Amino acid sequence: MALTYQELVAQAKKQIREVSPAEVEERLGEVVIVDVREPDEYEQGAIRGAKLIPRGLLESSIGMHVPDPDTELILYCAGGARSALAAKALADMGYRNVSSMAGGFGRWKAEGRPWETPRTLTKEQKARYSRHTLLPEVGEEGQIKLLESKVLLVGAGGLGSPAAFYLAAAGVGTLGIVDFDVVDATNLQRQILHTLDRVGVPKVESARETLQAINPDVKIEPYMERLSADNVLDIMSGYDLVVDGGDNFPTRYLVNDASLHLKIPVVHGAIFRFEGQVSVFKPYEGPCYRCLFPQPPPPELAPSCAEAGVLGVLPGIIGSIEAMEAIKLLLGVGEPLVGRLLTYDALTEEFRTLRLRRNPRCPACADEQMPPKIVEYDGLCMPAGSVARTA
Amino acid sequence: MSTVKIQLPTVLRQHAGGAKTVEATGDTVGEVFADLARRYPALAAQLAPDGDLGVFVNVFVDDEDIRYLDGLDTPVRDDAEITILPAVAGGAR
Repeated sequence: MALTYQELVAQAKKQIREVSPAEVEERLGEVVIVDVREPDEYEQGAIRGAKLIPRGLLESSIGMHVPDPDTELILYCAGGARSALAAKALADMGYRNVSSMAGGFGRWKAEGRPWETPRTLTKEQKARYSRHTLLPEVGEEGQIKLLESKVLLVGAGGLGSPAAFYLAAAGVGTLGIVDFDVVDATNLQRQILHTLDRVGVPKVESARETLQAINPDVKIEPYMERLSADNVLDIMSGYDLVVDGGDNFPTRYLVNDASLHLKIPVVHGAIFRFEGQVSVFKPYEGPCYRCLFPQPPPPELAPSCAEAGVLGVLPGIIGSIEAMEAIKLLLGVGEPLVGRLLTYDALTEEFRTLRLRRNPRCPACADEQMPPKIVEYDGLCMPAGSVARTA
Repeated sequence: MSTVKIQLPTVLRQHAGGAKTVEATGDTVGEVFADLARRYPALAAQLAPDGDLGVFVNVFVDDEDIRYLDGLDTPVRDDAEITILPAVAGGAR
């Protein structure tokens, strides 16, 4: 004698725990809420923060999303039937702390509890970013985060080129690019954003052309100017983070000072001949650039790439690591290089991670209420004192 | 007396006959650098132009910055690795 659907659901409900919408609302933010409906139902409205795992994919993908079987889970569907069956299935799989929301999203809404229309990806975006969204650490949620993010690239040169390429391809929604220079034939050995037919064209324009061709989702904000004490705060404010691919010390100290004012993390990359360095300076959480280098070396210890040369692949590697760090920071996954400096030696093909610490007496970041004065640095880059925080 | 390996950055290798790593002996970072200065005077002149090591470069013993250890008095064990890290400006404009 076969069971009817109603009987099957009733039986499941006896074996699982049901919670009321009121109880769920109290626990928002503390437990993992899973919406087991179909994507088209979810798109029309869902509980804020709920993870969409359609019933049909639940058993096969729960392990990726929720690896720990002791995690407290609340499942819901439209009326409480599918989520009851789903809760039973998860219990059978060994999830010990699963409940189903009685009455489902229908009752939730009828009781006037808060819900939202989740932002979702278009059909084209689902295809374009599918290799991202398959990763449980990214998912559609993470991809949407990237699309809503704003990253400022300082320099569209050797480091900025690969970083911009990957950030644009990844769907970082807004990319600001600061560079006052024009494309030169000597750039093409490493600055892969640019092409021979664009020699003489502003780098920000050339970059825009390349990046839009890869991904029209991305908005490019070009700034064809030199970062200076007068414009740095205006340009940097509003961005979620800065990818520093500058080529001189005064700009690096200036970006550091502004980042402390605005509390924007800086992904730092620097290269010399066959060697590269990458770190993340997260204001007041880890060391800043001046904690690491209180003053720049004399020119004979730090010749520029124009003077000393650089192997073209090197910025490709270092700039790509910068892009990876930027994406990790935007998604909030993994362990970014905060308080660590990655060094790379291309000749020996060796990476090393050095531990960096915040200097408690750092003239730039020791006092959060007194960020550094924004000044135009000369070659000596000496600290110029601090000012009371306004931002 | 400990024998340690010192990793030199590219810009300093010319002052050590092109070597990427050099060895020196001493029981503290200061002693190691004194030994290094005897062997490679040109290198010492670059590292500490006024005899004051560490203004322009950072020195790490086994990946820890000596500024947050005991500076030049930081003890070094046998086979320790000392990394000299200069600030690098380049982004290849």
